[in-house]
Amino acid sequence: MSNVASPAPHRELGLTDAEYDLICDKLEREPNRLELAVFSLMWSEHCGYKHSRKLLKLLPTDGPHVVMGPGENAGAVDVGDGLAVAFKVESHNHPSAVEPFQGAATGVGGILRDVFAIGARPIAVLDSLRFGELDSARSRYLLDHAVAGIGHYGNSIGVATVGGEIYFEGPYEQNCLVNAMCLGLAPKDRMIRSAAAGVGNVIVLFGALTGRDGIGGASVLASAELGEDEDKRPSVQIGDPFEEKKLLESSLELLDKGLLASLQDLGAAGLTSSSSEMASKGGVGIEIDVDKVPLREADMEPFEVMISESQERMLCVVEPQKLDGVLAVCDKWEVRATAIGTVTDTRRLRVLAGGEVVGDMPVEALVDECPVYDLDPVEPREPVYPAPAAKLDGDESAEDRLLALLGSPNIASKRWAFEQYDWLVGSRTTRRPEEADAAVLMLGPDGGSGAIAVSIDGNGRRVACDPYVGAVEAVLECARNLACVGAEPLGLTNCLNFGNPEKPHIAWQLTRSVEGLRDACLAVGAPVVGGNVSLYNEGGGGPIYPTPVVGMVGKLPDPGTVPWSGFREAGHAIALVGPFAPSLAGSELEKLRGGLSTELAPVDLARQAAALDVVRTAVRSGAVATAHDVSEGGLACALAECAIAGGIGARVELDDGFELFGEGPGGVLLAGRRGDIEGLAEALHPHGFQLIGETGGDRVAIAAGVATLSVPVAAALEAHGGSLPSRFE
Amino acid sequence: MTRFGVIRFPGSCDEVDALQACERYGDAEILWHRDRDLKGVDAVVVPGGFSYGDYLRPGAIARFSPVMEAVSEFAREGGRVLGICNGFQVLCEAGLLPGALLGNDHLRFRCRQVEIVVENIDTAFTRACAREDTLSIPGKHTTGRYFAPPALLDQLEGNGQVVFRYAPGQNPNGSLNDIAGVANEGGNVVGLMPHPEHAVSPLRSSADGGKLFESVALEPAAA
Repeated sequence: MSNVASPAPHRELGLTDAEYDLICDKLEREPNRLELAVFSLMWSEHCGYKHSRKLLKLLPTDGPHVVMGPGENAGAVDVGDGLAVAFKVESHNHPSAVEPFQGAATGVGGILRDVFAIGARPIAVLDSLRFGELDSARSRYLLDHAVAGIGHYGNSIGVATVGGEIYFEGPYEQNCLVNAMCLGLAPKDRMIRSAAAGVGNVIVLFGALTGRDGIGGASVLASAELGEDEDKRPSVQIGDPFEEKKLLESSLELLDKGLLASLQDLGAAGLTSSSSEMASKGGVGIEIDVDKVPLREADMEPFEVMISESQERMLCVVEPQKLDGVLAVCDKWEVRATAIGTVTDTRRLRVLAGGEVVGDMPVEALVDECPVYDLDPVEPREPVYPAPAAKLDGDESAEDRLLALLGSPNIASKRWAFEQYDWLVGSRTTRRPEEADAAVLMLGPDGGSGAIAVSIDGNGRRVACDPYVGAVEAVLECARNLACVGAEPLGLTNCLNFGNPEKPHIAWQLTRSVEGLRDACLAVGAPVVGGNVSLYNEGGGGPIYPTPVVGMVGKLPDPGTVPWSGFREAGHAIALVGPFAPSLAGSELEKLRGGLSTELAPVDLARQAAALDVVRTAVRSGAVATAHDVSEGGLACALAECAIAGGIGARVELDDGFELFGEGPGGVLLAGRRGDIEGLAEALHPHGFQLIGETGGDRVAIAAGVATLSVPVAAALEAHGGSLPSRFE
Repeated sequence: MTRFGVIRFPGSCDEVDALQACERYGDAEILWHRDRDLKGVDAVVVPGGFSYGDYLRPGAIARFSPVMEAVSEFAREGGRVLGICNGFQVLCEAGLLPGALLGNDHLRFRCRQVEIVVENIDTAFTRACAREDTLSIPGKHTTGRYFAPPALLDQLEGNGQVVFRYAPGQNPNGSLNDIAGVANEGGNVVGLMPHPEHAVSPLRSSADGGKLFESVALEPAAA
């Protein structure tokens, strides 16, 4: 018999009738309003991973460097000298589509908290952004405000934004993507987990006041398709980087002084998810008295207090004798801290208000017994996406083709965006955006202890062409970016941005992408240490391109030998290395011509991975002055980018018929003194090695048999550098 | 050995960078915003960041902090004080430096390597520079457009109180007369928008900024 009465509030909250019945079974009664709100959030896609949990189990999570894997607030890898690097990428897509400035800002704030919640000091942020085409006023508005929001939060809290990527494609018009990744550095012995422990210990809430902002915010917004006409602005959270800065400093000082038993940030679903997840991991219960929670608005209902998504709050477990010490540290940093509950042995989340129990739920039911669904993947017979509008008719000259590609927003310089970010605070940044293929951050002063490199990537259009190969390529692109600065991959985080997984063709995209990620991670030796899933990114305009975003972290021994992406001197020899088979399928040129392929060439993963090892070794040898991978726009664009970044031209000769604008994994440009580059030939030859030309002059001149192309560096710079700023003048 | 003190307000962001830069040329320690005791340091650095969140107006709250009372007294007695970015804003708000910092003319935060020309080498923080030295130093701010009324501006130019000027074509914010940094009349208090503490190593943007800290180490403490 069903417990469902009509009209059913659980449906409004996104629960199915079957899920509601299951809740009644778990409670052995009907839930009250607070309990229903709590269950609806914990069983939302955002918190419960209902449609992705089974798939995510495919991903490799073990590796020799892994210190913390999935399940904690962030993953972490060992970087030597007693240090670990914690990192994670997370989406804030739906809030950013509603209010881009605050959506993006609180996306950064949330991922920062995830990292310092495990005891790591945030040292870098990267962002992966997707918008509709820049011809659209809405896309320009979203980009402008999202970039400003990221800058506002990251700059104000003093964490460098060192990299990222931005793509513009029609299917993101209604559902933009804002994925933020944070890296933190921690002495391994300061790291802390979130499992609540010690029956009788005190639960302390510290940070900002709790208000009505964000009620149903991330959790509900992230778990249903956005309607065209609903105004959800009131449920977007508001960020305060100054409050978070104090929260960060106080959290790390509390950990340095050994005052905490466990620590957890408050993100989506606020107190509800933080407390129940801490209790679940610790195998204990938690009792919270909502009357003790400091409120911004006096008349809040208990259920509102429990699900508020007010930003800049943390929850910690403290032994009673250490409570005074905790309160003193918080007072020093002018951070509000309040004991609001205790750890119990009941394995239940109990909520008190006015001296009465207003909610009482088994922790297992909330966290571990969320229903998990099998996907029903079916490969679509018809194209899922319309072909993009053609911008080139094919009659243009090779020069105009190159300039059109350099100025197309996906390839154009992103300087307009990254100059709005502080990329240097913290004294670690050795390579900022557009100086090298990956950001390079020193671990110790003056390069002692080596450096880490980080890259974030994911070309959704190529994944739309071929979800398996596209996902493989995203991992390879990151690994290639790391190889170009001499870094060996240590681990990876991913954010799976997809449409509605209950639709078979989206389920197919998701399944094939995860399979691709798995195979590529295994091939390059980069385990997945954490990540995030953002589903239901679709509306009236259809689904977004399937967009697995991959963030990879690696280590290199000597930041002093890191090459640049630009040419350094005239007279340097240029080599094209790696197993690179350029094709127009899925390329930027194909897009400008109005095409969208339905498959990409298969990738030989073993061959790709072996070549990356050799490139990395070559870069570390110090023989390479310039290293830049061939990606969007093919070899012609890669050469032009090296020339633009260095202000030096190049003369290059290729075989007749070489696809100058073709794309595909595996290609890397290396340049340096002739003797040095020729010295690499023997090691690189089995993996693909071809001396193709020399730097110098003020033009990029390419000959491939009878086809020739020659463009002044100044014209390339104008096309590449002027494209984004011209849209905002 | 020269002893530097670097102030930490809630919301300071570049204080550890400044501390590390100072440590290349002497000893350095953090001074907490609630303390009035400067611990006998030879020079004070007021660092970059967003003191107290800068929600009212950059530097407007920090100037009232207990530590700034001590810094004002220290400066009036000839003590050497360097304000960087937010620190420059704080020193202007505190009346220790002339003029004010307004919003950038383009209204955006901009982070960019800039070249600045040293116009006066007779200040506490430019003695290690040569006249007309050009330093490559990054700037990053939203509120860095230097402003002073015309009469004051003439006076500053006449007195040689304009210490740093953006190189031609490099002014990133619309500052009057391309002014990047100024000094008080005594030359013991200097403020600038670009960040010399982020230009102290060839592994980063440049090592040119080290000269400001080296200048302090060159000279014995003021009387």
